[in-house]
Amino acid sequence: MEAGRYGLKTDKKLQTRRAESTLWKDIVRSRTLYLFISPFYLLFIVFGIFPILFSIFLSFHSWDGIGDMSFVGLNNFTSLFSDGVFWRSIINTFIIWIISVVPSIILGLIIANLINSPITRFKDFFKVTYFLPNVTAAVAVAIVFSSVFSTHFGLINFFLESIGLERIRWLTSSVGIKVVIALMVIWGSVGYNSILYLAGLQRIPKELYEAAQIDGANSLQIFTKVTLPLMKPIILFTVIMSTISGLQIFTEPQILAEGRPIQGSMTIVLYLYEQSFKFNQFGYGAAISWVLFIIILFFSILNWKFFQKPKNEGKKLNHGS
Amino acid sequence: MDRKLSFKSIILHFILFLGIFISLFPFFWMVVMATNETSAVYSVPPKLTFGTELFNNIIEVFESTNFIGSFMNTVFVSVVATVLKLFFASLAGFAFAKFHFPGKNFLFFFLLATMMIPSQLSLVPNFIVMETLGWLGTFKALIIPDMASAFGIFLIKQYAEEAIHNELMDAGRMDGCNTFRLYWNIALPILRPILAFFGMVTFMGVWQDYLWPLIVMTDTSKFTLMIELAQLKSLYATDYALVMTGSVLATIPLIIVFLLFSKQFIAGIADGAVKS
Repeated sequence: MEAGRYGLKTDKKLQTRRAESTLWKDIVRSRTLYLFISPFYLLFIVFGIFPILFSIFLSFHSWDGIGDMSFVGLNNFTSLFSDGVFWRSIINTFIIWIISVVPSIILGLIIANLINSPITRFKDFFKVTYFLPNVTAAVAVAIVFSSVFSTHFGLINFFLESIGLERIRWLTSSVGIKVVIALMVIWGSVGYNSILYLAGLQRIPKELYEAAQIDGANSLQIFTKVTLPLMKPIILFTVIMSTISGLQIFTEPQILAEGRPIQGSMTIVLYLYEQSFKFNQFGYGAAISWVLFIIILFFSILNWKFFQKPKNEGKKLNHGS
Repeated sequence: MDRKLSFKSIILHFILFLGIFISLFPFFWMVVMATNETSAVYSVPPKLTFGTELFNNIIEVFESTNFIGSFMNTVFVSVVATVLKLFFASLAGFAFAKFHFPGKNFLFFFLLATMMIPSQLSLVPNFIVMETLGWLGTFKALIIPDMASAFGIFLIKQYAEEAIHNELMDAGRMDGCNTFRLYWNIALPILRPILAFFGMVTFMGVWQDYLWPLIVMTDTSKFTLMIELAQLKSLYATDYALVMTGSVLATIPLIIVFLLFSKQFIAGIADGAVKS
């Protein structure tokens, strides 16, 4: 009995040992594969994890990058929340985001539907040309827009004056500069959205449209009851992408606002850049970047929750077809 | 019936061409200004036709800035960064797609999770890392930190899973290929379409990157085009012909690359969104 029990025990031990050794053998056997995937993880430790931990540390310190760091506790965050310019930058970022993302999605849907129409010709030409603004460098685009919207010699103001309207101070007023930035974002993103929506439209089975027509639905009903629900996942995708890029907007306001000390175009990342690299307030900059991260995270989750239910409906319809 | 249809079609094409006009107008305007003298900009009514000054404007851009140097810098950085990113992303993507190894699922999930982190979060500390490593003002700062892209690995893994058949892998193994030979001789040729797509996205992204180069490129002789262009704009703000010529020159390579591969590019973009 004793010997038997003892034997059983060694057997178990042996098994676990064997399992361990096969795992170890598997790991050794896969060493080339670990080597293949290692660059990402090594780089992420150095340029990802370390900077993130360091930025937590930094956000509790005051540091100009050269002298000694001094621990200031939550001071960076408390002064951030009473910093009027910071609040302004958050509000500006959201205003620019909303007045650019909504038109961009609507225009994208319209263009995608027009290109998708069976009577439309030159489809490839339209796709390529509408997409072209998306691949153009934001710096160059900002330069062109700053000339087109210039107060004294800009084309837009010339046009407004010639039809009897007054000039608008596009680049030097708080509202005007937001509109110009939003127009740049819309101009650059409509084509991208259209291409994605078009891909979505082409995946909707024709039978669904035919069935709706037989049931006597008009074009608008077909669009709102058939097209939109099926397009929701892809619209969600573009909303999430534009939220992330919209909250990080930097190049356009930086180029446009260059030399113009107005706060109408101050965005979160522009403020982060100026505090950190113009005024060398690295601790303060780190605190700003954490607030930005939390805002982006919050909105990504919100977007996702908001669209989740319709997304499931879309899936069901897809399965049914 | 027929007339009604063609009327509808005219309206539809009219709207689409109106949109095309708006899409292309900034390009048109850029070229108009680059081919005229600056005085044309200030004329009333504004000149809306192409001029003959392009060549002179280009020479002036080359003389007043280090434009050729920054152009070569940008070509170098974009090409090297693209090649390295393609290499590392395809190695890892292939390993994740076609092999089993302990910890694979966790490692891949971790990789996906890192894509959620906005790059601005590590802007300040990464600048300090560059400073500590002595990489400020060097091309290393632009190329190395982002050399292995999580997005690229994900993209190539998704493609490789379906495109590379297991029978082919088995045949390769029977011929005595080791893992690297399987990657080099079997996977790479099959992955060519997705590599072309990811390569284009990467090349264009690096070419027009602005914030990070603005922070780390402290040495004027190593400026990239976008930094040089922003500099040109702030130095010669009122000399529109000059600034626009610079913009045209900096944008043309992007447009050429896009137009050459527009079909694959658009298909790739659409595919990625539909799948995700």
